[in-house]
Amino acid sequence: MSQLADLALVGVTKDFAGHKAVNDVSFEVAPGEFFSILGPSGCGKTTLMRMIAGFEHPTSGDIRIRGQSMLGVPANRRPVNMVFQSLALFPMMSVGENIGYGLACAGISRAEAGPRIARILDKVGLGGFADRPVTRLSGGQRQRVAIARCLVLEPTLVLLDEPLGALDLKLREHMKLELKQLQAAFNTTFVYITHDQSEALVMSNRVAVMNHGRFEQVGTPRELYHHPATSFVAGFVGDTNMWSGEADGSRGPGTWIALETGAELVGSGLAKGAAKAYLRPEAVALAGSLAELAGLPNRFAGKVSTVLFDGAASTLVIRADKFPMLRATLPQAGPLAGIEPGADIAFGFTPEALKIFDGRGA
Amino acid sequence: MSAVAGTGETAMGRRLALFLLLAPAFLWIGLLVILPHVEIAILSFSQRVAARVYTFGFANYLEFLTEPVYWRTFARTALLSILVTLVTLVISFPVALYIAKFARGKSKPLLFLLCLIPFWASELVRTLGWMMLLRETGILSHLLQAIGIVGQPVEFLYNDGALILGLVYGGMLFMIVPLTNALESLETAQIEAGYDLGGSHLTVLRRIIIPHAMPGIVAGSIVVFMLTVGNFVTPVMLGGKNGLWFTEQIYSQFITRFNWPQGSAFGFMLLLLSTGIVWVGLRLTGQGFSETLRRS
Repeated sequence: MSQLADLALVGVTKDFAGHKAVNDVSFEVAPGEFFSILGPSGCGKTTLMRMIAGFEHPTSGDIRIRGQSMLGVPANRRPVNMVFQSLALFPMMSVGENIGYGLACAGISRAEAGPRIARILDKVGLGGFADRPVTRLSGGQRQRVAIARCLVLEPTLVLLDEPLGALDLKLREHMKLELKQLQAAFNTTFVYITHDQSEALVMSNRVAVMNHGRFEQVGTPRELYHHPATSFVAGFVGDTNMWSGEADGSRGPGTWIALETGAELVGSGLAKGAAKAYLRPEAVALAGSLAELAGLPNRFAGKVSTVLFDGAASTLVIRADKFPMLRATLPQAGPLAGIEPGADIAFGFTPEALKIFDGRGA
Repeated sequence: MSAVAGTGETAMGRRLALFLLLAPAFLWIGLLVILPHVEIAILSFSQRVAARVYTFGFANYLEFLTEPVYWRTFARTALLSILVTLVTLVISFPVALYIAKFARGKSKPLLFLLCLIPFWASELVRTLGWMMLLRETGILSHLLQAIGIVGQPVEFLYNDGALILGLVYGGMLFMIVPLTNALESLETAQIEAGYDLGGSHLTVLRRIIIPHAMPGIVAGSIVVFMLTVGNFVTPVMLGGKNGLWFTEQIYSQFITRFNWPQGSAFGFMLLLLSTGIVWVGLRLTGQGFSETLRRS
């Protein structure tokens, strides 16, 4: 795969005065892939991206683009273009000049550049905007100019550094789809950096979850969501209940965990001693009585404490004896849709749904 | 009814307060700017017909045009001032760029302070410093002799080179401050984007950094040009005897020859010169004067 990969990082480490911002990171991105690096702020993802772009240089390791080492190649000679967090459009240039800048740098004549600029503007839905000053564009339009400015150069790789961060929620949701469609239309490899797990899950073919300079897990959005490899991934990707307790793997079948509040649950995972258990709100089965949940090893009775109505994403907060607070998704189609705080409720979940990880460190 | 009387009083009071607030500004502009210039304008159009008898006339301006030494000095002052402004700009730009975009943490205010320190001494003292370095028995001359590059003392003073050096030195701070201000507002990501999209150092400088710094460049150039044209101490101390500065002509008319009308005419010519060249400069760079003042 090494020969075919558009981007390959081999043991890349970046040391900032004794602090390893990026610690021995290796991964490959296939041609045409939408690859996201997801992590909290300060996890090293921006440093990693700046190394790929050529603004920082790795302390050790190698960065290869289509098999060619990029070590010592300056940013302006790499077949990589970047969409900056602030977009960094040139305010004194028009839309057309912004897009033509890279073409002029590549030595392409004005006569040839003109039609290429017009074509890319058409493709991103900004036909006829070439003479418009960039200061007179809406947020979404500026976004598209920033992407068009990269794509017009036909790079091997486009890097996107949280470009949706500055947009309001509605536009961000819209741009997520649009970015995904643009990437498919151009069939260019995208490497996308974000701290927003929803952006990463919705758009990507594969996601790398990064924490403290390391990759915790690389996989498809489904794998990350359903089969988190580490405690950090389980907690960071998707919405989840997180409880601490004492794990006991010898009691089988499954891994037993005694929560700090006293409840004993059976889950899945390899852990012993101090542990953390994760349960997704939508994995919780709800019923009017315990009898209806007879098939589930973990089943409890409790009371509805709060109803958080949010349409399809509505949740219940449930309190039960010896049990920590639990959030469960409330299906709006089922018989429980109209439930009120204070009502009796039974809840349960399978051992597979309860992920148990070693609790030390994380 | 008391309300009506009240509003009348407050309106009066407000007008009085406004008048008092603006009074210092009016006094300053009136007494120090307009009045002397009106006086000089009147003086410049009076010509002597007999002892203590003056009439209105253009003789002083005609004298300026017909006497080659005057308008040669005038042209020389104009050209050298433009040259000094350009040299100051070229030297100050990298300094300002470094301070604004590359200096990190404490080094930024420190570098700014270093630019400012020489200006704590008066212009006279600073120029004397250059004289100590450059004169025949000065440090540079001694150093060159000690190394063995020259066999005898060399005089570096009293030529146009020394004059330009002194004027550039005196103008640099006034160029660096507006340039740094203009460059500080340039987002670092824009410079990076310039490189990322394939630009060379020259392209990034020409198409991104300089256009952004243009208001600072124009503001700094106007200030440095005006200071240079009107400078008196530096040309007197560092310049050669056969290369006069126009301010020296004005000085000699007023003080040495006691010919105030002639000096006034020269003073007016200098005012026209700096106004004219600043106007041409703004036109060439496509900048508006008020916008330049606002943005720098």
